[in-house]
Amino acid sequence: MKALTKKNRSPNIAPTNSQGSEGMAEEQIVSRKIVIHYTAENVDQPIICQLVKTHDLIFNILKARIFPKREGIIVLELSGNQRNFDNGIRFLKDKGLKVEPLSKSVNQNSDKCVHCGACTAFCPTDALSFEPGTRKVVFDPEKCNGCELCVSACPVRAMEVNIF
Amino acid sequence: MKKSRVSKTYQEINEKIRQGRAVVLTAEEMIDMVERHGEAEAARRVDVVTTGTFSPMCSSGAFLNFGHTSPKIRASRVWLNDVPAYGGLAAVDCYLGATEVAEGDPLNSVYPGEFNYGGGHVIEDLVAGNVVRLRLEGYGTDCYPARKQERNMTLSDMRDAILFNPRNAYQNYSCAVNVSDKTIYTYMGMLRPRMANANYATSGQLSPLLNDPYYRTIGLGTRIFLGGAQGYVAWQGTQHNPRVRRGENGVPREGAGTLATIGNLKEMSPRWLVGASMLGYGVSLYVGIGIPIPILDEEMARFTAVRDADIYVQIYDYSMDYPKGDLKSLGEISYGELRTGEIVLNGKKVSAAPLSSYYKAREIAMILKEWIEQGAFLLGEPQHLLPSV
Ligand code: SF4
Ligand code: SF4
Repeated sequence: MKALTKKNRSPNIAPTNSQGSEGMAEEQIVSRKIVIHYTAENVDQPIICQLVKTHDLIFNILKARIFPKREGIIVLELSGNQRNFDNGIRFLKDKGLKVEPLSKSVNQNSDKCVHCGACTAFCPTDALSFEPGTRKVVFDPEKCNGCELCVSACPVRAMEVNIF
Repeated sequence: MKKSRVSKTYQEINEKIRQGRAVVLTAEEMIDMVERHGEAEAARRVDVVTTGTFSPMCSSGAFLNFGHTSPKIRASRVWLNDVPAYGGLAAVDCYLGATEVAEGDPLNSVYPGEFNYGGGHVIEDLVAGNVVRLRLEGYGTDCYPARKQERNMTLSDMRDAILFNPRNAYQNYSCAVNVSDKTIYTYMGMLRPRMANANYATSGQLSPLLNDPYYRTIGLGTRIFLGGAQGYVAWQGTQHNPRVRRGENGVPREGAGTLATIGNLKEMSPRWLVGASMLGYGVSLYVGIGIPIPILDEEMARFTAVRDADIYVQIYDYSMDYPKGDLKSLGEISYGELRTGEIVLNGKKVSAAPLSSYYKAREIAMILKEWIEQGAFLLGEPQHLLPSV
């Protein structure tokens, strides 16, 4: 779960990592974007509903796709306190679902990118932006929501979104 | 303006380059130089200013001579990796255009088409040293009996390969928006409805022809950086048009001059020739070009110190006006404003993005500067200047 331990959303609480003291972790509100991979066996289970009811997490669906063989993906932004969040993730994994941070699924191929910036006007989250000074186009996976607009905008196919 | 007090010749500058004494700045660095010391002093100190641009440039392509095998063929139809090339030149010569799409591509029948592979990508594959599949068809003659041939080739197997681009390095260009209410897919990229975004091109203050607005130093024989190698300006490009509106600084306020460029493809690199796929539009080729501008006098010092804030482009609608051929400027905007990533158009905030890579343009200007400083690159004196006003 290490990769999911990223910056704190709440400005008032100092960021600590999930292995930090229990008391702090209780207070800490985290918000992460994750990709859940479904298979045909578990596609019918009311998983999201359980995340809300049992684990007291708030979710925002960024993307959902079900494919012909009934496997599919769902991209969620999941928020709650750190302990609930960790429990929620464990619950998903116990159900046999593959869970990954979204940031692992989107990549700017640095061999291909020509730093034109065509993607920057489309990226709704500012995950792609010009680095002042160098004028390189840099990608911040933490901001990305997996919308794939950059994939369409990029003339050299440097943006790779592998959510499947 | 006062009479020029500084006056240098190509020969004098080349002599300095040979001796490793030439002072070379990039077009960005020249801005500071002129600001700090004035144009007269800058002209005295600086010998050459280097420029650069890296942008999708349609009207690019390569002449390839793939040589004979036995029995010989008069290849009238030619494909490289299934991309058709024009074979109506000679037995084993063809011209491969950057915007030719691979045969069998669904094009825009699945709208917007992806256009994954085409002439620009073949050129990139060739300069990358990759194997391409050559397929030939002939009708059979007494001297060239073969009717069909297929073989794998790399660029080094070709007898000759010449990059020849009939129109490159547009001096200024338009800024594209979409006033309709559906997304459109153009050669200027994806444009979202109701002017949600604006796309523009050229490297502005680093762009070759914007640093020599009246083409005083650029013409046939000008030696340039082309695709990573040393190439030449071969002629004025197609659609070259010096007679446009210009600012007080002489800089065109819309698309104007263009260049035809030529060079040895075998010496070029996939770092500076990159295939492009424009969603819903087609394929093209990113071309890296850099031009050294000799600072012959004060006027050239002033021209090469042009900055983004003083270069203006017209904003055009690509949903109705452009396709109809009825261009009405929706407004004028400077590169300085475009580079902030957001412009205001009719009171509305519009996000702006370039198609050209400023980062790579700067890299090209730096490389060219190094070449000249090291004495590895001499200025080519133009034998025939581009038509000017
Ligand atoms: S998928 Fe691309 S466009 Fe969408 S948020 Fe991520 S980086 Fe930005
Ligand atoms: S559009 Fe593609 S090549 Fe251009 S900066 Fe974005 S990721 Fe890089």
